[in-house]
Amino acid sequence: MRAYIARRIFGMLPTLALISIIIFVVIQLPPGDIVTSTLDRLQAEGVEVSNDQIQNLRAQYNLDQPMVFQYLHWIGGFVVGDMGYSYLYSRPVNELVWERLGYTLLITVSALIFTWAIAIPAGIYSAVRQYSIGDYLLTTVMLFGLATPSFLLALIVMYIGYEWFGITIGGLFSPEYRDVPWSLDRVSDFLGHLWIPMVVVGLSGTASTMRILRANLLDELNKPYVVTARAKGVRPIKLLIKYPLRIAINPFISTIGLLLPVLISGEAIVSIVLGLPTTGPALIQALINQDMYLAGSFLMLLAILTVIGMLLSDLLLAWSDPRIRYE
Amino acid sequence: MTDNILEIRDLAVQFKTDFGVTRALNGISFELPRGKVTAVVGESGSGKSVTANAIMRLINPPGKIASGNLIFSPDGGTPFDIIALKETDPRLVQIRGDLISMVFQEPMTALSPVYSVGNQVAEAILCHRHITKQQAWREAAEMLVRVGIDDISRRIHQYPFEFSGGMRQRVVIAMALVCNPELLICDEPTTALDVTIQAEILTLILNLQQELNNSVLFITHDLGVVAQTADQVIVMYQGRVLEIGSVRQILKAPLHPYTRGLLAAIPALAKKGQRLETIASVVGDEDIETPYPLTRLKDGRQISLSPQALERIINE
Amino acid sequence: MSDSPLEFDLDEVSPRQLIWQRFKRHRLAMVSIVFLVLIYLMAGFCEFVTPYGTETRNVKAINAPPMTIRFVDEGGQISLRPFVYGYDMHVNADTWMREYTENTNFRYPIYFFSRGERYRLWGLIDTDLHLFTTGHKGYVHFFGTDQLGRDLFSRVFYGARISLSIGIVGVVLTLFLGIFFGGVAGYLGGIVDRLVQRIIEVLQSLPTLPLWMALSAALPVAWSSIGVYFGITIILSLFGWPVLARQVRGRFLALREEDFVISARLLGASRMRIIFKHMLPSFTSHTITTATLAIPGMILGETALSFLGIGLRPPVVSWGVLMQQAQNYQVIVMTPWLLIPGLFVVLTVMAFNFLGDGLRDAIDPYSANREAS
Repeated sequence: MRAYIARRIFGMLPTLALISIIIFVVIQLPPGDIVTSTLDRLQAEGVEVSNDQIQNLRAQYNLDQPMVFQYLHWIGGFVVGDMGYSYLYSRPVNELVWERLGYTLLITVSALIFTWAIAIPAGIYSAVRQYSIGDYLLTTVMLFGLATPSFLLALIVMYIGYEWFGITIGGLFSPEYRDVPWSLDRVSDFLGHLWIPMVVVGLSGTASTMRILRANLLDELNKPYVVTARAKGVRPIKLLIKYPLRIAINPFISTIGLLLPVLISGEAIVSIVLGLPTTGPALIQALINQDMYLAGSFLMLLAILTVIGMLLSDLLLAWSDPRIRYE
Repeated sequence: MTDNILEIRDLAVQFKTDFGVTRALNGISFELPRGKVTAVVGESGSGKSVTANAIMRLINPPGKIASGNLIFSPDGGTPFDIIALKETDPRLVQIRGDLISMVFQEPMTALSPVYSVGNQVAEAILCHRHITKQQAWREAAEMLVRVGIDDISRRIHQYPFEFSGGMRQRVVIAMALVCNPELLICDEPTTALDVTIQAEILTLILNLQQELNNSVLFITHDLGVVAQTADQVIVMYQGRVLEIGSVRQILKAPLHPYTRGLLAAIPALAKKGQRLETIASVVGDEDIETPYPLTRLKDGRQISLSPQALERIINE
Repeated sequence: MSDSPLEFDLDEVSPRQLIWQRFKRHRLAMVSIVFLVLIYLMAGFCEFVTPYGTETRNVKAINAPPMTIRFVDEGGQISLRPFVYGYDMHVNADTWMREYTENTNFRYPIYFFSRGERYRLWGLIDTDLHLFTTGHKGYVHFFGTDQLGRDLFSRVFYGARISLSIGIVGVVLTLFLGIFFGGVAGYLGGIVDRLVQRIIEVLQSLPTLPLWMALSAALPVAWSSIGVYFGITIILSLFGWPVLARQVRGRFLALREEDFVISARLLGASRMRIIFKHMLPSFTSHTITTATLAIPGMILGETALSFLGIGLRPPVVSWGVLMQQAQNYQVIVMTPWLLIPGLFVVLTVMAFNFLGDGLRDAIDPYSANREAS
């Protein structure tokens, strides 16, 4: 098992290296750079900028260096924990990302838990009572969740919140708690706001998760080992949990890896709609303003989050399925 | 107390399919004598396995037991009808694994891949007796040794995928016998195994039957196995019983044309070089499709034939 | 042959007929296919189907709510020709918002196959024939209007043309990439396989939307509408192909060992012949299913990007662009009908999902979650 973990962690590194190259290329794609956009702004304001000043600026941001150097400079700093400087906020990126990333992580993880809390019982019910009215009802309701873009769901929740309950939905804190230090009241205020993005983000993955579990479980329900266990007298509920469900949950665990990118994507857009202080809105601002260090850091951190999530799901799978462990 | 452990009366099982209702069993009747080995033979689709599953009430939708009785007489207990038991009846749990147990055809898939064999064998005990886990594991280990698994202290913690097919079947047999059931059903227990292993497993089952003295229902399509194992033979075809008789009667002097066909289809050294008979060529124009009731002949065997054919046979 | 005309001989049913038999039993899939054909037809002929163009403004109806089609007038008289009532606008003294009520004095009958605005169908045929109009007097807004007085009904169907075609074009592109990379990896194996595998792994572990955002933000502002359209389509396909490639690769690996492929190879068939004649057909059906289930992702992707303002941009009309008008709750509370394009997104995505399910169950009757509704 220990060797397996080591092998998997080691296997992550080339993946992350490739990801960093892709991200670097992507953030370099837009024509122009921060200096040209600064110049455009200054010239629009009527400020004259000399060629020397331009050169200085370019040198300051390493923009006069070859691409490979810029990449190595960026990733080298990233590895030692220096994510560069945000032009947009005129602050080091390090100061900007962690809190937002924390909220993103919190929303994503709680959405994941929400997804499971709904999808697992629903999937089990749907499989055990296949073709029943409940099965159809659940499948259809879940499909609605799958088909509704998460931003639309966020808009609908806002509409319902305002129209039916007269409350304005948005943000992670009430105004009075926004800029005060953490306290018990602030935590409860936070939790009161957290559940909305949790539900909205979580619903998008519920349908697919439920369907995967339903399909897996249906596959397993009539396997010979279930009949064997039933023939030796295992009681129905224990039989279901210990035999088919135990196996059906295995491929399901491996879907965490696929679910995470979906949830992080959903979180980004829902946060933009609901105005949450997470990575999504900041990322889009950074992208539009070509604040490449900030945008690159956000993208890289989100990717790392996903890769770690996938690693965890693989380890969980190895722990739960002896066949993988002994490979 | 009767001398039959199980009496099957007019058992009918139906499966609902897209093309209508299929009758997997068309009201079959026979008895299983206590302490004896009864073999059920027939080709695929004759209803052998369905009979076995029906006895343990393992028929799942879309299949259902349409009618009939399964009168089970436990040693020293009152007989009861298995079919009449409600799904919640504690006697049903007893039927499954304690009084009756089953060895399946596919040892490769009959065990859950994620639990150790010890866990799965011990569970069979824990389902029926209130003893500690340690005690159950100890008994499981004893049984596993009895079915021929060596190095038990290591092997008991291993997972099914670490066992060969023959070894797994031994585990399945241990699991079936660990509660010392009164009736053991073996559903083609050797079909999926290598020929060399088949003989070992067969010998193992027969030896254990001698030791434990339980009744066995042995389902197979291999008449060679029947000759080695059975006391009584039941020939099934398309969800019906065609002929019931002692192993000597069926194998040496089959009366039903279909049984003759089955026997003729076995390759034999004596007939080397000759073209193998098919069932159809032996049966010829004889009607084996129409269901006729079983008639008991003077020598005790039962046979399902048209009155004319029956007449002919009796006159012979 | 059987004597009775009621019985059918199993031998005479081709695999294709069997698939169709099974597909027909999946009622939701049947409903979905009807819905999809209809909406694609309407999107294809949107100039004809809708009464107005995308930029036509009705100054009498700014942010006006949807109209009700009526057959019975105020006096209880039944009219066979459907009609709508015109709006009465007044400004709410408290909120300073326009509010509309029906004015029963303005009754606009709906004429079918009537003359209206001029347009060129597909840029070719010059005509002014519409499916329905209110003639030259009056106006009709089934889905209401936006803040510029543009007819939402018309814009939804013009938007359908863009959003729905992006789904198809994107999937074709995805299919091409997926089959190419998956096939190459699966057939060649070795280092190529490992390289493609690694790329797939990397692409699948990236959160799609942030990267889509980054890529669409990189599309030059100066690009023409058509350029942005294809740019967005390519961006959507870039992250869609790994799923398919992985599947194709797996099938290739399995098929390579199949007896019929080995025997074809032993008979001396060329590599290309083996791939195209023997291997591809044996998984076309699965590919079609996967493609069907991939279309919703494309549509949702476009909608999300355009909604965020980094996808398609006005004057191009797509469902996402239309949704962009409903960015905050004030707008939604005041003019909830601006969410109607979202309803079309949901219905279309669901229809594709049901269709994909139905296809999969029909093609592969042994798949676990077959439905026999």
